[in-house]
Formats: sequence, C-alpha cells, structure tokens
Amino acid sequence: MNEALSVTAAEAAARIRAGELDAAELWHRYRERAAADDCNAFTWVASDGDPPQVAHDAPLAGVPVAVKDLFCTEGVPSQAGSRILEGYRPPYTATCVAALAGAGAPLLAKTNQDEFAMGSSTENSAFGPTLNPWDRARVPGGSSGGSAAAVAAGSSPWAIGTDTGGSIRQPAALCGIVGLKPTYGAISRYGMIAFASSLDQCGPLTRDVTDAALLLGAMAGRDPCDSTSVGLPGPVELPGRGDLRGVRLGVPAELTGEGIEPGVLASFNATLDLARELGATVEPCRLPHSPHALSAYYLIAPAEASSNLARYDGVRYGLRADGAADLLAMYTRTRDQGFGAEVKRRIMLGTYALSSGYYDAYYGRAQKVRTLISADFKAAWERFDFIATPTAPSVAFELGAKTADPLAMYLNDACTVPMSLAGIPGISIPSGLSDGLPVGFQLAGPAFSENALLDAAFALERAIGFEAAPWRGEAAEAPADGEDPGRSEARGA
Amino acid sequence: MLSRDQVLHVARLARLELSDEEQQRMSEELSKVLDHIEKIGELGDLDDVEPTAHVTAVENALRADEPRPSLPAEVALASAPESDMGGFRVPSPGPAPA
Repeated sequence: MNEALSVTAAEAAARIRAGELDAAELWHRYRERAAADDCNAFTWVASDGDPPQVAHDAPLAGVPVAVKDLFCTEGVPSQAGSRILEGYRPPYTATCVAALAGAGAPLLAKTNQDEFAMGSSTENSAFGPTLNPWDRARVPGGSSGGSAAAVAAGSSPWAIGTDTGGSIRQPAALCGIVGLKPTYGAISRYGMIAFASSLDQCGPLTRDVTDAALLLGAMAGRDPCDSTSVGLPGPVELPGRGDLRGVRLGVPAELTGEGIEPGVLASFNATLDLARELGATVEPCRLPHSPHALSAYYLIAPAEASSNLARYDGVRYGLRADGAADLLAMYTRTRDQGFGAEVKRRIMLGTYALSSGYYDAYYGRAQKVRTLISADFKAAWERFDFIATPTAPSVAFELGAKTADPLAMYLNDACTVPMSLAGIPGISIPSGLSDGLPVGFQLAGPAFSENALLDAAFALERAIGFEAAPWRGEAAEAPADGEDPGRSEARGA
Repeated sequence: MLSRDQVLHVARLARLELSDEEQQRMSEELSKVLDHIEKIGELGDLDDVEPTAHVTAVENALRADEPRPSLPAEVALASAPESDMGGFRVPSPGPAPA
C-alpha cells in the first residue's frame, strides 16, 4: 500500500498542512482503493472526477471520510441497507456529514450496514453482507460493519457510523480499530435515518484514538434541526495523556464473567494489568441491573423502531409495490417486499410491546428498568472514573453462524447495551489478538466525559501498542487459490 | 408462546403482510426472544420507579416561530413513486364505509 495511506488521518492532515502531501493525491489514492474494495464494505464510492475543493486552512485538511449508508447525503444514494430505500437520493445532507465536509473531510464513500442498523454482523443488509478484512469468512460485526471494515482494510482513512446498542463499538472491536459512541445528544441526529430515537448516536470509527477525537470535535454541537442535540460542554481536546495515575477503573462482575470467550477475557485482563502499570487503580464493581439491560433494550429499541419505520409506506419515497388494489394493500405489500426478515421481526416485536394489554408489562416496564440501569452507573461514578469491560463477548464469528438464531445474535450486545440505555459515552480500542482475530476493550464514562475518556483510552492505546491491521500485510494475505469464501454471495450490490 | 392469531393481529397493526411461512417463523422466533425478555419480570414490583423515556436533561427545546425557507414542493416530490398536481398520488383507499 502507498505510504501516504499507511498513516493515520491526523498524520495525513498534518502532512497536507505542512505541504508534504497533496490533498488531491490522497483523495485519488483512497478513491481507487475504495473502488477496488473486496469486502463489500461500500454501497457507493465517489466517482473518479475532480476531488472536492477543500479550504487550505480547514481543520481536517481534505482527508476524506466514509459515511454509513443511513446518513442522508444530498443527491447520493442513502438507503440504510434496505430494499425499501433502494436508490433513494435525499434532497438534503445530514448535519454531521455537512459539518465534516465543512471541516475539510469530503465524502469518499457510503458504507454497508445492517438494514436500518438492526443487527450485529452486517449480514442483514439488502446489498449483501460485508466481510471482515481480517478473515473474509467472518463477519465484521454490525451494524456499522461497512465503516469498520473500510477502516480496517485501509480503504478509507476514517469513517462514521451510528450506535444504538453497540453498533459502533462492537464492529470496531471485531475489526481491530477504534470506535467511539459519544454521549447521547453530543452530535445531531438530523438526517440520520432513525432506528430508535432515544438511543441512536453518531460517532467515529478510526485507526486510533486521536483520529476519533478529531472527528468527534468536528461533529459535536447543538443543532436547531435536532431538538435532542445538546453538544458537548467544551471543545474536544486532542488526547495526550501518558499515564493513568489517579484514575479509578471499575470492573463490573456482571459484564466480565459468564458468556465472555476465554481468549477475549485473557486480553481484557492483560489490558487491566497494563492500566495498573500506568498507575490506575482497578477494582471490581457492581452494575446489578445490567443483566436485564438486554431485555429492556430489545423492548425499547424495537418499540421505537416500529414507530419510526411506519414512515416507509410507499407514498413519499422509496419502494412502492405494484398492482395493489387499494391503499391499505399498497402499504402492507410495499412493507412486505421492502423490509428484510430482521426488520420485520423488530417491527413485530415493537408493535407487540406497545400494543394494548401488553404496554405496561413490556414497554412501560422496560423504561423503568432503564431508570435502574442509569442509577447503577450513577452509583458507580461515586467510586470510579470509568467502567471497563470487553466490548464484545467474542471475536469475529463466521458468516452465517448466528443468522438462524436471533437471540444468539442479540447476545453480542450484552456489554454495550447498558451504556446505550444510560446515554453515556463508550469507546472500544483494540487490546490484542485471540486466535489471530482482534479483541476490543471498552471504557465507559459519565455523560459528557468525552475528553477524559479519550485521554484515558489514548494512554492505554499507547501502552498496548496494537499495530496489527489487515492493510499492513496485504501482500502476504492474497488467497493462494484465488477463491475467496463468501465473496460471490457478498457481491449482491 | 405467541400464537399464529396474535402474530396476525400484530402484523395487521404494523401494516405488514406476512406469508404463511413468515407467520409460522415469526411465531417461533418471537416466542423465543420474548421468553428471554420476560426475565425482566424477575425484578418484581417496580411501582416506585420512574420510567425513563429520554436520558439527557433537556426539557423543552423551542425556537422562535418564524417563517423560514423550506424544501420547494417539486424537490420534496422528486423521490415519490407517483405524484400529481403538486401532491403525492396513491391508490384509492376504497369506497367510504357505509
């Protein structure tokens, strides 16, 4: 791979500013790489024309960005991984994508995802699954799997995704990169095709923690078009901390025991040892209601989704089924043809949880459990600065391994869902390899603690020294027989 | 266990047309997921717990009620499967109920 592509986005931006690297050349090289991607990471790649003009003093200096399909981008397909929005080109651009362009990160490509962000493997995309660049027979995680795979494969310098119950952190973990879910409300959701509005949050997927801080800083802020956006209390600072002296890490028994693969746990514990060496105190803690987080999440998120997805009715945009005799038949047939199996499952689950006679026992109760989960974290912050857990219970699993069992797929989110329900920030950084596949280490902090969280993650990142990446060794990893398992299936787009 | 009748009822509420095979699969899969979800019943009486609908402290976010430019009608209609006379065209909802 070309040397200019081997550096982080922050380093590339610094080189452009110093006049050592030409932004237009970087754009062309990444565009070519994205166009040649063999992981089905992209649903659209910018055409081979003139690169977008970027102001010379723009903070992101022209380093291009890949954006999850569900962000609306004016005139560019924005399909949320769904047949029901196939070919949809929105008339406006999401606030966060416009903010990135304004800061000097033009749109390189749109990335593949689970349909409407519902999934943990990117196998639920109407445009075929994304493959994990570490092992193309495995999933990249999800739902922001295209963004994670693109960064891990070196096909994009950095990317953004969305996280509702783990959809940034888990694919970042499974692809060996950094993924940050900011505090709910830090970044505008305007133009982000909605899944579960009280949980959805945009965030960066990057090669390192510094790149994540840069992207966060360019996107965070209050937006008059999203009344739930609040921004961050101050500017995002570039992390630079070298130690963890005085930092108190809590390790919740409920999220670090049963169900976590031994190799993942070993890497997690080794990282805790490094944290101690850096001066942190590491002590067990309790999040007593977190075992119920998954249940509460799988009621609240589908309930909100069933309401949000009511808008796909074949009237204003997207697919309309042919030949329906009347309006109602047009609605039901369009939705049957346009939605995939997982989306239908969640619409059904959410509609059921909200339906008369079940509301109190399901949705109402789940909202109360959400209160208890938030209270668990609030109690933890009295004794700890951050909570540490593995990001995902396993390394990347094989394509198809969990598609037949929705519950097994949902259990992937066990360590990320509690933070989502509490609306607090969480970051996943690569902590090592297990059986040759990356493991993610999650740090979570109180709401709006992004600067401190990024600083702590930066110190750990340096101590871990994780350098492995699929793009580093690509000459050696070309398949000997020219056959790539799962690839033909993945070329559906 | 979610019966086929319950599945059909919920599908009607959700405006989803499901094939016979989908109805059967949905009944099995949702029942299994609900079995897991129902573990929140183990938490017992939650009468004293306030529900959380929203996690940040924002109460109201109002802006001045002033006219602003918005999408021109032809742009808003451009993605519609069918439009006519400046509106979205849809099949007839059927005869009015007697």
